Amino acid sequence: MPSVAAKSGVGLFAGLPELMESGVRGRPLPRRRSIALRLGAVLGFLGVWALISGLVVVLDLFNPIFLPGPWLVLGAVVDLWQKDALWPHVAATLQRVIVGFGTGMALATVAGLAAGQFRVVRNLVEPAVELLRPIPPFAVLPLFIIWVGIGEASKTGFITYATFFPMFLATVHAVRHVDPLLLRAARSLGARPHQLFVRVILPAALPEIFTGLRLGMGLAFFVIVISEFIAAEEGLGFLINDGRNFYLVPQMLGAAVLLGALGYGANALIRLLERRVLRWQAPGER
Amino acid sequence: MSAASSSRIEMQGVSKSFGAGPNRAIALAEVDLDIEDAELVCLLGPSGCGKSTLLNIIAGFVPPTTGTILVGGRAVNGPGADRGVVFQEYVLFPWLTVAGNVEFGPALKGVEAAERRRIAARYLDLVGLTAHAEKYPGQLSGGMKQRVAIARALANGPAIILMDEPFGALDAQNREVLQDELARIQRTEKRTIVFVTHSIREAVYLADRVVVMTSAPGRIKEIVPIGLSAGRDRFSQKFTQYEAEISRLVKAEVAKVHE
Repeated sequence: MPSVAAKSGVGLFAGLPELMESGVRGRPLPRRRSIALRLGAVLGFLGVWALISGLVVVLDLFNPIFLPGPWLVLGAVVDLWQKDALWPHVAATLQRVIVGFGTGMALATVAGLAAGQFRVVRNLVEPAVELLRPIPPFAVLPLFIIWVGIGEASKTGFITYATFFPMFLATVHAVRHVDPLLLRAARSLGARPHQLFVRVILPAALPEIFTGLRLGMGLAFFVIVISEFIAAEEGLGFLINDGRNFYLVPQMLGAAVLLGALGYGANALIRLLERRVLRWQAPGER
Repeated sequence: MSAASSSRIEMQGVSKSFGAGPNRAIALAEVDLDIEDAELVCLLGPSGCGKSTLLNIIAGFVPPTTGTILVGGRAVNGPGADRGVVFQEYVLFPWLTVAGNVEFGPALKGVEAAERRRIAARYLDLVGLTAHAEKYPGQLSGGMKQRVAIARALANGPAIILMDEPFGALDAQNREVLQDELARIQRTEKRTIVFVTHSIREAVYLADRVVVMTSAPGRIKEIVPIGLSAGRDRFSQKFTQYEAEISRLVKAEVAKVHE
């Protein structure tokens, strides 16, 4: 019976039953099929967007300046690019994210490994982390600006601060929850404490550390925009805020789309690294 | 570490209790047991008889509450490379290849890469996994994983190997194949093996002596020497007699739990 139902489906819904059946655990879709689906979703989104903004103009629903079509957004981005006014903003944002996230990653990994491994360090560091963590990072952004000025340091420092927490906590958790049987096995093979750490705890903790890195990277793009709203002269966040001041909605949307693309690219980069470092993991476990 | 050094295990008055006060649970009570060089001893008993606890004490994972335990004349103080362990859950290092797992012990001791590869090749050949040396544990079946774990333990050269229900997670066919392999390996390797199981057949097939334990608290009920030669026949009359004899001892213990 199900095969009949699948065959009777038409067009868009033809593959629905099998899609539902395979779900999360099923066999992965053929590569071409999955690319086609993803591409279709993006094009579909652009189509709906174009349709709505077109209807706004045709039916005279409201001032079309509030919802420019995708072609206007693309036009605004191309326009900025041709005036050599795009790259400086992209570069400024990217540089802040790379420096801020990189510093956060280094600090969080080192502190997390130490706090996970040594009770003394954990007892020293954890209270401070647990007290600061519930404070939304944006609440302390004005403090950063007062302390280190409105220059680059406050922006990269803010990213470092905000991304530290998820990466630190993931690392501590990863180290503390290494399968105790793995430790027993290694000790029975003669591993001394430093060998346990380097040869068992570190590799066992890596998958979760990578999860923390991806969380941190997402957060980096999340917080950079806000800090660029406040007292910045370049950056994609600045472009958005600048667009707001002058009612340049296409520029606002264009900068937002670029931020999305950069975030997507950064995440893909970490995933690529993850696949190389953790190539022992079966595809299903990732 | 040479396998020739004495690997006698001597236990005297070994007991283990968990918790304190009214919640105190006695897992093991006053175990006296000596295990000789190159002997294969099976610890047999119903669940909760403390046989795994006893193994963990010999391995040095948990200290005994009372009593002394000597390995090669020296008191046990934590786990060590002189006592290899094979776990029911395999416990391979998933980020290392099969060969990497087998080389783990030698690598800890700083054995050179070429020599490590030679050792790994030898033991992978012994367990029939040469073709799978470069695979990761996640790509192996349960039976293959346990073969890797056995090769890993042997390759580190311990005089003693402790096995905690190593075949308990395998299906019946794989179980017998691995029992055959272990018996064959033991004929050439001659290590001292302490093997925990709740399968009477398995114990009679593998053991030089079967130590039958009582249920909580765990005590030694009886030690049954198995007078069968190598290459045992699971269907011979003598084999069946041993099975029946030990079965009676174990059943009495299980019945006690249900009283």
